[in-house]
Amino acid sequence: MTDTTATGAEGRTHSSTNRRDIGIKKRYAAERRFKAYGIFAIVLGVTFLCILLWSVVSKGYTAFFQTEIQVPITFSEEILGTPQDAAENETKLLMANYPQLARDGLIRLLGIDPEDRQAVTAANGLISQGVRTELRDIVMSDLSAIGTTQEVWLYASSQLDSALKGQYDLNVPENRRPISDLQLRYIEELEAKGAIAQNFNWGLFTSGASSRAETAGVGVAIIGSAYMMLIVLALALPIGVAASIYLEEFAPKNRFTDLIEVNINNLAAVPSIVFGILGLAVFINWFGLPRSAALVGGLVLTLMTLPTIIIATRAALRAVPPSIRWAALGLGASRTQTVFQHVLPLAAPGILTGTIIGLAQALGETAPLLLIGMVAFVADYPDTPLDPATALPVQIYMWANEAERAFQERTSGAIMILLGFLALMNLTAIFLRRRFERRW
Amino acid sequence: MMENIQATLNERASVTPNRTIKMKTEKVTVHYGQKQALNGIDLEVYERQVTALIGPSGCGKSTYLRCLNRMNDTIDAAKVAGTILLDGENIYDPDLDVVELRARVGMVFQKPNPFPKSIWENVAYGPKIHGLAKTKDELEEIVHTSLKKAGLYNEVKDRLDEPGTGLSGGQQQRLCIARAIAVSPEVILMDEPCSALDPIATATVEELIDELKQNYTIVIVTHSMQQAARVSQQTAMFHLGDLAEVGDTEMMFSNPSDKRTQDYIMGRFG
Amino acid sequence: MSTFTIIAIVLLIGAIGATLGFRRGSALRAEGGRKPHSRPVYHASYVFTWGVIPALLVLSVWLIASPILNELNVRGDFPEGAVAEANLTDDLAYGIVESIGSGLRALPESERETVTAETPIAEAVPLFRQYGVPVASASADWMIPLAIERNAFQDISRWAMTLVVIALAAIGTFHGYRGIRTRLRARNKVESVVNSMLVIASSIAILTTVGIVISLVSESADFFARVDPWTFFFGTVWEPRFAAAGSGGAEGQFGLIPLLAGTLYIGFVAMLVAVPIGLFAAIYMAEYASNRVRSVAKPLLEVLAGIPTIVYGFFALVTVGPFFRDLSAQISGLLTGDYSAFIQAQSVLTAGFVMGIMLIPFVSSLSDDIITSVPGSLRDGSLGLGATRSETIKKVVLPAALPGIVSALLLTASRAIGETMIVVLAAGVAANLTINPFEAMTTITVKIVQQLTGDLEFTSPQTLVAFALGITLFVITLCLNVYALYIVRKYKEQYE
Repeated sequence: MTDTTATGAEGRTHSSTNRRDIGIKKRYAAERRFKAYGIFAIVLGVTFLCILLWSVVSKGYTAFFQTEIQVPITFSEEILGTPQDAAENETKLLMANYPQLARDGLIRLLGIDPEDRQAVTAANGLISQGVRTELRDIVMSDLSAIGTTQEVWLYASSQLDSALKGQYDLNVPENRRPISDLQLRYIEELEAKGAIAQNFNWGLFTSGASSRAETAGVGVAIIGSAYMMLIVLALALPIGVAASIYLEEFAPKNRFTDLIEVNINNLAAVPSIVFGILGLAVFINWFGLPRSAALVGGLVLTLMTLPTIIIATRAALRAVPPSIRWAALGLGASRTQTVFQHVLPLAAPGILTGTIIGLAQALGETAPLLLIGMVAFVADYPDTPLDPATALPVQIYMWANEAERAFQERTSGAIMILLGFLALMNLTAIFLRRRFERRW
Repeated sequence: MMENIQATLNERASVTPNRTIKMKTEKVTVHYGQKQALNGIDLEVYERQVTALIGPSGCGKSTYLRCLNRMNDTIDAAKVAGTILLDGENIYDPDLDVVELRARVGMVFQKPNPFPKSIWENVAYGPKIHGLAKTKDELEEIVHTSLKKAGLYNEVKDRLDEPGTGLSGGQQQRLCIARAIAVSPEVILMDEPCSALDPIATATVEELIDELKQNYTIVIVTHSMQQAARVSQQTAMFHLGDLAEVGDTEMMFSNPSDKRTQDYIMGRFG
Repeated sequence: MSTFTIIAIVLLIGAIGATLGFRRGSALRAEGGRKPHSRPVYHASYVFTWGVIPALLVLSVWLIASPILNELNVRGDFPEGAVAEANLTDDLAYGIVESIGSGLRALPESERETVTAETPIAEAVPLFRQYGVPVASASADWMIPLAIERNAFQDISRWAMTLVVIALAAIGTFHGYRGIRTRLRARNKVESVVNSMLVIASSIAILTTVGIVISLVSESADFFARVDPWTFFFGTVWEPRFAAAGSGGAEGQFGLIPLLAGTLYIGFVAMLVAVPIGLFAAIYMAEYASNRVRSVAKPLLEVLAGIPTIVYGFFALVTVGPFFRDLSAQISGLLTGDYSAFIQAQSVLTAGFVMGIMLIPFVSSLSDDIITSVPGSLRDGSLGLGATRSETIKKVVLPAALPGIVSALLLTASRAIGETMIVVLAAGVAANLTINPFEAMTTITVKIVQQLTGDLEFTSPQTLVAFALGITLFVITLCLNVYALYIVRKYKEQYE
């Protein structure tokens, strides 16, 4: 390279330094390695994400289907009493032996001898104990059903459900699996008759807690979460916006506002469980609000979400250029008018986005809710925010502790529902940001 | 105004007659995305001389300077075309490495940008990464010589382990020059090195540049004509991405041939 | 009258006042002469404010004060010695009186009259139970008159409150309306009310912190009155026996050390996973990645941050834990021929690893911010000297960003220490003191959850210890957060 034409005699003196060895090869190898670490780190992170989602979805998608058996049920007067009796004495109708109706129907369908105890037990194990409420609801809603025979789709037991979904290894010896050979034969028979099907599991969305997997659902938990989200929205949004407006637009720079600043930033990083302790001590123990209530949960989550909303709102307010304020002030508007009539509307999309993200955080929060007693077996829909309620993530937590295979499937299913809600909220936030984002 | 410049020119020693071409550019164009920033610049930079690039702001002189050691590579949107030769060798040649190039063509920036490390570390940084010193003593030697060459040694010799960011603006800029010298480059590019400095610091740096041209080829961007007149032997006038005029500094200021140069020197715009 | 009805009436009065105020304001404007200071809408708000705010303030004070006064009054009437005789505390006794009171309210009108101050408790209790109000067995005859007295006090208080609040709303509205005149600075007055509401809203942040501190401190003071702080903070055995309340002695041991060790160990493993991955991801995204790669990779990693921790916990419980266990069984099978797992499904490793995954986006996005805020001129300076990108990053950018990165790591550590759901599901509940990461350990947060779910008795150390654990947790994370935020502030100032 030193022999190039353009360089004259004098250039050569310098050219001797051109050749100096600055270790290019080794340095570039280090460069490539360093870059590869970065790529590897990102790929690793994304891989973890994929494994996580895949593990949930692969375990959970089956939860959206529930095996059902079509059984001809004879609503016999022997068991239920006559319609007249029933009309007079509801208690009797409530307490009647509905499982027997189902059992009788099933053994008739399978052609089993009612005296063969073993066969009857095996057949009975195929249908869920939940038939009691299922059949009762049919009779209670229409007393004329008594004495007739109807084809009814009954929930299959969770063992049958899991077996059909391939969650049990059927090749192991009979005594090591929860479903017997006899039951497998019955299943084949039912399949041949077309009396068994996997239907969409609406119950997962509408039912409440249950000790039987096949009748357990997240409906009640969703309502509980919805109550809490409403409370959070109703409290955290106005308070958060008001606090941000004060801090950003009015607050003088002094010790007090400095303290508030540090406080808010710190609260955003306080472990969520500490908020649970606060809720337990203050709202339940001192104020005497009921345990397990959506109201308390909502209050606790409000306090947790406030910092998020305040930080987002302040960023949104700060993004509104000062020229807008000067323009309004210059026309003789008061500061309050300026803020509420000009700055706030312009910052609204940012505030909304921050609020949705805060709500999404609150929706997934579990730990503080455990402490205020929302780990409760709640089978009925709460009518008011003061009734015992549970929340979607807490329901997931409770199911995660159940050993049964069928509950694991439901846990994953519930997680998919939760993630679905979260994705929806975040996408809304992203959409709002894209749609209304303003560049100054 | 004109008299000032004239006076400065007269004071200066005459231009060395025999000159070697150190760097040469042919039809260099730069695009930032859709926008064309330079339209085909042909220019020769002579060895051990100071070449000043002048022109109104936004005329492309800094962009051009950043082409000479491929600093434009760091800007994603910038696309450079044309030929740039260093000692007759194309600097965009795949065989010539950008790291090697920058070790040969150093750069001093508009705002002093010492690393947040000690003065000593700042100067030793380049030699260390390039492995220029075999021993600790050698490194010490390089640091001291560079600081001396940059005229900073006497001011800082007692506090070499204090942070470089603690120096005054002019000292910081000389530290940056020392840092560049420590790598023993052949060419030093300076992008408005005095624009962030006060007049006294500016004078010191200008003196330093004048001395440095004994050993180094220097290309300096400035928007002060007086500065160009004071320190450079060759001046190139840029205007809206074009090279309006180039020539001996003396000639240029006394007898500009281009209308735009005339206007600029007369202070019509800039 | 229910509280909601009262609020509705107050609001209604306020609204009527506002309408009148608006008309009056408009009329002033129409009269000509001097132009009124404020627009009619401010006159309306002015009247509304006068009508609603004092009334609602009194309402809330009344709602808080009345039960307290009632309780004091009833407690004062406890027969001498009766409480001690029934082996009760004043609190418990009042609780029973309360439930008798609500039992009385649950009775239909006709049956309520049959219960008088002379009715023996044994007759009344079954009656209450029939209407779904259980009463504790420790109830005594003397409680019934007190319950009746309490209910009467409640009734009177509510009537008085209704009257006072509604009257206040009316008077306030009238006063506001009377005050309207041309020169009234209604706007300024309304704005100052708005302003003070803003101040109140922003003090809620402080109130929350105060609430946290007071609740933690008061309950843990109660705990430390029963258990020696020394044995709590330096005890190495955690074994709170669930003895019956008040049966002193057999309270078990409350040693913090095993929990603290577990917390720190799991947090350490988590940081071991999260820091290299997060930091390198951040460096790549800030320094190398093109805009396109960045716009895909950054949100993808941030999805990890948006996933609720309970999901990570479940993931650890059913996927990662069994995976490690089976993997270790395979390894030991290959090495020794004995296929027994040496990693337990619930272990420090499992919990730490999954927590690490959760923390990746925290590390990466915090560090990304910090790295991108290092001024570009430093990069230029280094690149201009012929340094490669990685040399520039390692020797200039990272050292310059170091304080910021340290604070990012502190914030991440604080999150790891306070994380609950992952460890509840994946770390186990046994308070081991071990250095083997393949065994289960437990954490402070797990024990807080464990001690505070189920039946609570705010008098037993088994419950109260959770508050002592809570304050420990709060103090540790508070120090980390405050210090980290302080460094960040300093750091940001340096480059602004």
